[in-house]
Amino acid sequence: MPPECIGYSDQTHWMIAIRDNQDREAFAKLFDYFAPRLKGFIMKSGTNAAQAEEIVQDVMLTVWRKAAQFDPHRAQVSAWIYQITRNRQIDITRKESRPVPEELKEDPGSEADASQVVGLEQEAGLLRQALANLKPEQREIIEKAYLGELTHQEISAQTGLPLGTIKSRIRLGMERLRHELKDLKQ
Amino acid sequence: MSAVTHHIPDAMLAAYAAGTLPHAFAVVVASHVSLCDHCRVALAAHQTVGGVVLEDSDAVPVSSSLKDNLFAQLDAPFVPEPVYDRSGIYPGPVMEALQGRALKWKTLGMGVRQDILTEDAHGSVRLLYIPPGQAVPDHGHNGLEMTLVLQGSFSDETGQFGVGDVEIADEDLEHTPIADAGDPCICLAATDARLRFNAFLPRILQPIFRI
Repeated sequence: MPPECIGYSDQTHWMIAIRDNQDREAFAKLFDYFAPRLKGFIMKSGTNAAQAEEIVQDVMLTVWRKAAQFDPHRAQVSAWIYQITRNRQIDITRKESRPVPEELKEDPGSEADASQVVGLEQEAGLLRQALANLKPEQREIIEKAYLGELTHQEISAQTGLPLGTIKSRIRLGMERLRHELKDLKQ
Repeated sequence: MSAVTHHIPDAMLAAYAAGTLPHAFAVVVASHVSLCDHCRVALAAHQTVGGVVLEDSDAVPVSSSLKDNLFAQLDAPFVPEPVYDRSGIYPGPVMEALQGRALKWKTLGMGVRQDILTEDAHGSVRLLYIPPGQAVPDHGHNGLEMTLVLQGSFSDETGQFGVGDVEIADEDLEHTPIADAGDPCICLAATDARLRFNAFLPRILQPIFRI
């Protein structure tokens, strides 16, 4: 393990090994961790087990093929896989390709900034705690929103949700990211 | 780029991350995020929440063949998805919507032009070209409209909108955007319903112009 990666989560380690070395052992570990969770996540919105497994396979193959795009400075492994999952679900169900923002152009000389990666992981950990502390009905609405079961009108109508707290919590952590983006463009 | 002052509302970014936004609006959100670091960061925050929901989902065991099938495919050749880069004032998602074709401006009168990028039952997204000083005729809305400025600027009753700014209007807003002096104003505009022009075109002509 390179010394600068101390403090990274297992998932981040695996993903970096997959990205940099096409490491199949790491991919097997990533699969063992995420595939059952992905299946549970997909089945929550009513997809049956067989279809859910097809999507899991599709998503994990996409993770392998797009590994070069993974950047732990900008996204948690789970956040990155979440977006791939929702995009693939839409591509498959609506038969249309989902528009995605331009990728940021990385400065080839830029070095890994471990504090940024670890900071992002810590903020995500705090966010997980904040979500765990919600009342069950609030937590349920958050889950529905991110499972794709609410329209944006329905999300904005959820005035009772402590989304503001969660948002400011995570915005704080994301400020680091914003500074990094700024540096990138200078 | 730091001058962007009108952003995407948070509920829309959440819906975009979750994939529930209609396609036409998703093109505008993806285009705005390409131009705006503020919203790129806010979107990353929503993706992080989504990741937590995913990671905290109850694990459901997968069948033993799934992993074998997957690993058998890792070396299979595949065609990578095309990546669309910005071209001049047009962000990647607009280039994606154009699918490699050249712009085809159609005149709407008074120097106003449009190019419809996509249109389906859930809405449409188009480019609009408005000469300086020219009003985009007063119109009400049957639904929701998002307008992202790509060149120049326009002003209406609610404020001024420059490059990267997004105006979101619903049926309650009667407004008259006027292109400011300077470069012609070019916008990316998405609607989930046909616009109802009050003065500009007789309503009977709307199906012809598809506005």
